[in-house]
Amino acid sequence: MNEIEKSKGIEKIETGIEGFDMISEGGLPKGRTTLIAGTSGSAKTIFAVQFLSEGIIKKDEPGVFVTFEEPPEDIRKNVISLGWDVAQWELEGKWAFVDASPVVGEDHVISGEYDLGALLARIEYAVKKIGARRISIDSLGSIFARFSEAGLVRNELFKIATALKQIRVTAIITAERTQEYGDIARFGIEEFVADNVIILRNVLDAEKRRRTMEILKFRGTSHQKGEYPFTVSRNVGIVAIPLSGMELKQRSSTVRIGSGNAELDKMCGGGFFRDSIILVSGATGCGKTMLSAGFAAEATRNGERALMLAFEESREQLFRNAIGWGIDFEQMENDGILKVVCRYPEAEGLEDHLIIIKDIVRDFKPNRMIVDSLSALERVSTIKGFREFVIAVTSFIKHQEVAGLFTSTTGDLMGGSSVTQAHISTITDTIILLRYVEMFGEMRRGITALKMRGSMHDKDIREFNIDGSGMHIGKSFSNVTGILSGHPVFTSIEEVDRVKDLFK
Amino acid sequence: MKKFNLRLYITGKTSRSERAIANLKKICEKDLQDRYVLQIIDVLESPQLAEDEKILATPTLIKDLPPPLKRIIGDLSNSEKVLLGLDLSPVPENKP
Repeated sequence: MNEIEKSKGIEKIETGIEGFDMISEGGLPKGRTTLIAGTSGSAKTIFAVQFLSEGIIKKDEPGVFVTFEEPPEDIRKNVISLGWDVAQWELEGKWAFVDASPVVGEDHVISGEYDLGALLARIEYAVKKIGARRISIDSLGSIFARFSEAGLVRNELFKIATALKQIRVTAIITAERTQEYGDIARFGIEEFVADNVIILRNVLDAEKRRRTMEILKFRGTSHQKGEYPFTVSRNVGIVAIPLSGMELKQRSSTVRIGSGNAELDKMCGGGFFRDSIILVSGATGCGKTMLSAGFAAEATRNGERALMLAFEESREQLFRNAIGWGIDFEQMENDGILKVVCRYPEAEGLEDHLIIIKDIVRDFKPNRMIVDSLSALERVSTIKGFREFVIAVTSFIKHQEVAGLFTSTTGDLMGGSSVTQAHISTITDTIILLRYVEMFGEMRRGITALKMRGSMHDKDIREFNIDGSGMHIGKSFSNVTGILSGHPVFTSIEEVDRVKDLFK
Repeated sequence: MKKFNLRLYITGKTSRSERAIANLKKICEKDLQDRYVLQIIDVLESPQLAEDEKILATPTLIKDLPPPLKRIIGDLSNSEKVLLGLDLSPVPENKP
C-alpha cells in the first residue's frame, strides 16, 4: 500500500537538445535506458555526444561515453566543430571515456568460455570515478561484429542494461538499422532496452535529404507522436523542430504599424498590426518587392529595425532597384536600421534556413521582417517540409513580436494562387493581393486587402501605379468584375450606378 | 631463451576465473617451465588496469613479451589454441 502511494510515475531529465525536450515532453525518462536507432549517417553519435555535452554545459552533470566504434581521439576531433571541448571536460573530470573501440592490427584468439564482465566493470568504475549521471553507449552494432557469439553478446548487454538501471544513471544506447522503415535495430537489441525507443531517420526524398526523429515509445510516460524534422548545425549540434508541440499562445497587439504607403494603411483600416503576419501575393513583376522595400523603409520613420531576407535578387540588384523607388538601403544599413541578407534558396536545406533565420532575428532583433520571396524557398524542399518551415518561421517571429511580411509569387499572370499561399494563408493575419488587370490593351495593376484579421478594411480592388517615388494607389476598379479569377469583364459606369441604386 | 611476460585478466573469483587460472598454469608448467612471468589481475579490484589495456571480455590473457602482442580470450580450455596464440608449437620440445 505504502509503495503504491510512494511511486510518482516516471520522472524525466531534460536533455538540453533544442526542440527534443518539447517533443519528448520533458526529456528522457530518468534512470532508464533509451535506444537510439538509426541508419548510418543519421546523427546517432552526435545525439549520444550531445546528450552528455548538454548535461555538462547546462546542468553540470558529468557523463560517461562508452565507444565501441570510433576511438576517443576521433570523437574529440569530430565534435570540436560543434562547440564541444571534450578534452577540456576530461581534464575537469566531467567527461570520461570507456574506450571499447577496436585496436587496429590486433587480433584475438578465442579459447573457451568468456563473458564481457570487464566491460561492465570498466563502465561502473568510470561512472563512480566522476560521479556520472548520464551515460552514452555508441554503438552496439560493432561489438556484434567483433564477438561472433551473438547470443552471448546479447546476454552480456542485457546484464549491462540491468546494471545501469541499478546505478540510476540515465543512459542512451545507439544501434544501427539497415532500413529507414523496417526493423527497429539489427541483432534484436531492442528486446532488452525496449522501454524507450527513439528512431533517427535520414530519408532521401526527391533528391533531398531530410532528417527526422521519432519517439517510438516511452514506456509509462507520454511524448509527442510522429516524425519531427531536425538538423545538425555548427556550434549547436542537433536542433529539432517541434511542430505539434507548438502552442498558439502568442499575445496579440492592437498597435498598428505603417506599411510604408499611406493609402495602403487606409485600406487596411489604419496599418498592419505590430505582430501580424502579412502575405503579399502576386504575379512576377507586379510590385511585391517594391511593396516590401517600402515596408522596410517605413522602419526609418519610427525608430524601428527591419530585416530583409532576399532569396531572389542579389544585394546589388536589390539596392539599385530600391534607389529607383526613392529608397536608400545602403544608408539605412549604415544607420543600423536595416539588415539585408541575400541567400540562394539552394544554399541550405530548409531546416538550416530556419536555424539561420532564427539566429539572425535573435541577433539583430528587428521589429519587422521581410522574406522575399517565400515561394523561392518552395523549390528546395518537399511540400511537407515547406509547410513545416512556414509554420515554424511564422510562429517563431510571432513569439518575438516581429511583424513579418512574406511575398509569394503566383504562377499565373492574371489570377490564380500559389502553393505558398495555400500553405500560409490560414496562419496569416493579413493578405494583400497584387493583380494585373488587362484593360483595353493595357496592363494595369490592382491591389486589394483580401483579409485583415481583427480589423475593418477596404474591400475594393484599387488601381495602383509605380513611379520614381514608389507606389501610388488610386481609385477602385468599380466597373470591372472578375479580376481575381483572371477574367476581367467591363460594365458601364451607368450600369454600376443602377445596381447600386437598386439596394438603396 | 626469451622470457614470456603473461598477464591474465579476470572478473572476480568465479568458477570461470578459477578454471582459466588452472588451465593457464597447467600450460605454463608443461610448455614454458620457468621461462615465464605470470601476473593475475582482477578487474573488479583494478579497473584502471583493464581500462589501460582496453579489456572487454574476461578472462583475457595478454602476452606482450616476446613480441608480437597477443590476446587470448576465454577460459583457456582449448590448450592447442592457447599455444597457437602464444606462438608456441603444440609439441613440447627441449631446445637449448
